[in-house]
Amino acid sequence: MSPSADVPLLDRRLVFVTGKGGVGKTSVAAALGLLAAEHGRRTLVCEVDAKGNLADFFEAAPNRFKPQELAPGLFGMAMNTEESLKEYLSLQLRVPLIARVGPLARSFDFVASAAPGVKEILTVGKLCFEVRERHYDFVVVDAPATGHVVAQLAAPQAIRELVKVGLVRDQTGWMVEMLEDPAVTGTVLVSAPEEMPVTETIELAHRIRAETNVDLSAVIVNKVLPELFGRGEEEIFRALQEPAHAAALSAAVGHAVGPVLEGAQLAVTLRRSRAEHLTRLRAELPQGLPLLYLPYLFSRTHGVRTTRAVAEALSAELGY
Amino acid sequence: MARSPKDGGAGDEVAVRNLEQLVASREIVVTCGSGGVGKTTSAAAIGAMAAAHLGGKVLVLTVDPAKRLASALGLEAFGNVETRVPPELFAAAGVAPRGELWAAMLDTKESWDGLVRTHAPDIATRDAILANPLYQNITGKFVQSHDYIAMERLYEIHTSGRFDLIVVDTPPTRNAIDFLEAPERMADFFSSRLLRWLIAPYRSRVLTAASKPFYSMADRILGSQFLQDIAEFFILFQTMYDGFVERARAVERTLEDRRTTFVVVSTLESAPVREAEFFIRALRERNFSLGAVVLNKVLPAYLLDDDGAEAARRLSTDPASIAALLPDDLGDPATLARVLREIGDSYLNYRVVAAREAEERAELAGAPDILCAAPFFDSDIHDLGGLLDLGATIWR
Repeated sequence: MSPSADVPLLDRRLVFVTGKGGVGKTSVAAALGLLAAEHGRRTLVCEVDAKGNLADFFEAAPNRFKPQELAPGLFGMAMNTEESLKEYLSLQLRVPLIARVGPLARSFDFVASAAPGVKEILTVGKLCFEVRERHYDFVVVDAPATGHVVAQLAAPQAIRELVKVGLVRDQTGWMVEMLEDPAVTGTVLVSAPEEMPVTETIELAHRIRAETNVDLSAVIVNKVLPELFGRGEEEIFRALQEPAHAAALSAAVGHAVGPVLEGAQLAVTLRRSRAEHLTRLRAELPQGLPLLYLPYLFSRTHGVRTTRAVAEALSAELGY
Repeated sequence: MARSPKDGGAGDEVAVRNLEQLVASREIVVTCGSGGVGKTTSAAAIGAMAAAHLGGKVLVLTVDPAKRLASALGLEAFGNVETRVPPELFAAAGVAPRGELWAAMLDTKESWDGLVRTHAPDIATRDAILANPLYQNITGKFVQSHDYIAMERLYEIHTSGRFDLIVVDTPPTRNAIDFLEAPERMADFFSSRLLRWLIAPYRSRVLTAASKPFYSMADRILGSQFLQDIAEFFILFQTMYDGFVERARAVERTLEDRRTTFVVVSTLESAPVREAEFFIRALRERNFSLGAVVLNKVLPAYLLDDDGAEAARRLSTDPASIAALLPDDLGDPATLARVLREIGDSYLNYRVVAAREAEERAELAGAPDILCAAPFFDSDIHDLGGLLDLGATIWR
């Protein structure tokens, strides 16, 4: 497989964004979509998780299966496998009576709940379809957290192995081709500099390489805390924490600085414990995989302004 | 006249005031919440505290496929079989536990295999099911099967009576209530007409006029071999139907029983809080027992101190004048001023987050009486001592 760096992330057509809960996966997917749209690419962001909150990042009403415009040139939709099947049936089979599709699709959805890979294929199939039909220049997928994404990415190939004949088999061929072409499809893992997210990111990176032929394009480390002190400054901070100096500082400021010094100590400690996890992440990820860093945002809310701030940070990291 | 606790409160439950009393009065504690909020760690901490202070045999069952509990408990690995946490780990943490702590991780595939062995009518059926490619796919990859098997395994362990308390960590499902409804959905599925319909032609080979279009379309889409695999699988599975449905109902009853309580875990970030509120509503609607809410990684209250904020503002806006008032031995004034500004800015930054957290906490709708907050810990929890330290912050 060619190295990921060969094709810049935003030059691809289909990008899966995944990561453990709580790392800010949706925020990164939203920002990536916004960035692409602001560069004039007609973009679709699709959330695959049930109960997703992607639209919140644009202060819009919840996404539905039918796309809505979240920002100029940026569309949002929520995956729904039943709707996806209905659309597929009406397009591919040209079922004469659309009215009959309703209950049939529901029945299939029921079977899909038990039969392996059916929901996954309906999800991935819809996404690949949007790319193939050139409805959008760029499709960002807010993919399910960690392990489940592997099942999704591997679904077309898995179905090909299970289903020997029939329309579904024919249909999976072009999907596999699209997913496995690194010029078209990429995956981005979002992580955070904490113990469990780092452990899971490393595991997932190796699983994607081992269990799928989909290109692993980058790891984005989110919520990186700022370094407070440079060389020589930390000693000054230590000295300020001594009772005599702290008292002198309180007198100079005119207010008790105890909480402020404690707060700075907390910031130093949090930053330090996170730095260890970053070191481990760098050491244990597959060689040559690009790592991008996004700062922790000390903001009050999570609306469209925050999304723009993340997009700007991402833009600087991607050089785009 | 003194009233006995029995007629003092709502229903016949004795009022419990803290997590310790809650856990002491239950046999099953289920933790739920969105991913990344420390749910697994909280479950392990509750289990460790119960083993240390309440006694008895306590099992922490993690159903999270992400294999986290082992590292939090200082165990290299443990599998589907319950493993005792070595008593030496308690000794190393300076605690003489009153009971025993055990841990197990749910291996979905192995649990399914066990279930098939229990319910298959004969050896031939059992082997046919275990060898069926669809069965292997469903149990290995099918995500929702985790939900059901988790609750099933919980039921199995609970009825075995091997443990006095089971603390279960639920899968990090985004569709929060999936695992609660898993037994019901599983029962519905196996008793569905659709399933019988789907299987029928492979039993009788006679298609009725009504069902023919359905099969020809299914054939076109999926291919007949695949359909046949599905049918074979479900025909085999139907032999276990009665046992299965009965079992699913029993699992459901156990979850509804008052010996079970749910603990919702969250941080004070807005998305997890919304998710926690959703859980709270879902549990109440279904009449499950909502015992407590545990808030993790809560920023310290001193960040909201008004005097501190004023001091930070001055440090941030006029560090040079303040530096000039300080003793010379603190270093050159320019560097000192930079340090002072950094300290002030950092406080104000964290204060913004702490204020947001305080608002979220105040707004947390429908929370039960027991609301515990665990602070940010300096380092990650990687041993039993750390778990007990965390547990101590929420226990009483």
